[in-house]
Amino acid sequence: MLTIVNYDAGNIRSVQRACSEIGVRSLVTGAPAAIINAERIVFPGVGAAPSAMDYMRRTGLDVALRQAFQNGVPVLGICLGAQIVLDSSEEGNQTCLGLVPGKVLRFRLRDRLHKIPHMGWNEVKVVQPHPLLEGIKEGDEFYFVHSFYPQPAEGANIFAVSEYESTFPSALGCRNLFATQFHPEKSGRLGLQLLERFARWDGVISYKSVEEGG
Amino acid sequence: MLSKRLIVCLDVRSGRLAKSVKFVDTKDIGNPVEKARQYYEDGIDELVFYDITASRENREIMLEFVEKVAAQIFIPFSVGGGVRSVEDATRLRMAGAEKVNINTAAVKRWELISEIAYAIGSQSTILSMDVRRTGKTKDIPSGYEIVINDGVTPTGIDALQWAKSGEETGAGELVVNSIDMDGTRKGYELKLTRMIADAVGIPVIASGGAGSPEHLYEAFVEGHADGAIVASILHYGEYTCRQLKEYLYNHGIKMRMHY
Repeated sequence: MLTIVNYDAGNIRSVQRACSEIGVRSLVTGAPAAIINAERIVFPGVGAAPSAMDYMRRTGLDVALRQAFQNGVPVLGICLGAQIVLDSSEEGNQTCLGLVPGKVLRFRLRDRLHKIPHMGWNEVKVVQPHPLLEGIKEGDEFYFVHSFYPQPAEGANIFAVSEYESTFPSALGCRNLFATQFHPEKSGRLGLQLLERFARWDGVISYKSVEEGG
Repeated sequence: MLSKRLIVCLDVRSGRLAKSVKFVDTKDIGNPVEKARQYYEDGIDELVFYDITASRENREIMLEFVEKVAAQIFIPFSVGGGVRSVEDATRLRMAGAEKVNINTAAVKRWELISEIAYAIGSQSTILSMDVRRTGKTKDIPSGYEIVINDGVTPTGIDALQWAKSGEETGAGELVVNSIDMDGTRKGYELKLTRMIADAVGIPVIASGGAGSPEHLYEAFVEGHADGAIVASILHYGEYTCRQLKEYLYNHGIKMRMHY
């Protein structure tokens, strides 16, 4: 059972629909108690960091999510959910959840080749093995739509990168938390496979060899 | 780098699929949900559903239709046609559309763009513009004019100016649809597409006129488009998505090839 955190931030139902497609039961809830007791948590979101953080503080979801993370519940952050797990965001100079050391930065360039938002399909390159990235090959692409990106302070927390105006982290992890800047629920078959792996993940980063692809 | 996007447009009339030629004489060519699923499996990067009836009574049918599509395809899709209010946009978004296209209603009241962008985010707000070639005049310095009501009513608005103000007002993407080329299968209006793509900092999608893989290549290389919309070349089975993408990939265009 996946518990999808409803914090007033967009693509909640699309995650739920993707779960149905892969035969995984899911529950959408904004109740802090349900989050603390969840088996696995999906923390999705499209929108702005300040309003999302404001909503989480008002409802106590910030405390609940932190508690669940500390208890070892597997957590999958998506898009905004991959950003506000860091310490702070340049979006409105917002203090965030601080589950993973690092900052959320804004893409700086805006020209014909680097339009903002970074919207569309882009390659995700695995830079460190992770159970949720198993099987991802060179040239595999996922769907992105964002103007800010997560920058963990420690390289150890970066598991995949993508290229835009520069190389930016597109998947990060810390113990039982894993988070993608891209949208697995909108990334076709490859995205659904990532969600399937999460639905089985025990929250441990085991260092099995990652496929090199070719 | 981002891949270029191959986008298919499905014109929907009362939940059925139709493809219009020059916006008149529409033909019914099947069930759009099944067709969407087929394109999804064959590697299309994105879909646009255009409600060509867009009447008030049809609105509920369209929402149900969007829900059905969202349960079947797991890539982004947008919906357009008859979006007149923030409520229309929000309901389509909630039903599962990643993005919403605004067209005529934005021309009639430009504030609608910022209101919808505020409600569902700029990244989900597409300004779709129907454009006709007029030749340069004092009022239309770019030589291209915005037309509305499915291409029949001129507005006196310069297309380039409209694109720039759309970006400033909060649109996250522009669809540039050439009424002159639409349905001709003779290629996109490249000069127009390029003029707009070079003038804004948001993605620009070329629309109208695709008849061959070469036309797509031109839209990306000469038109500077970030994505291109096709319809009949896929609907009538002349090419598959894979064939179009392979052609582009083999000619050096970055395309999503793993799906």
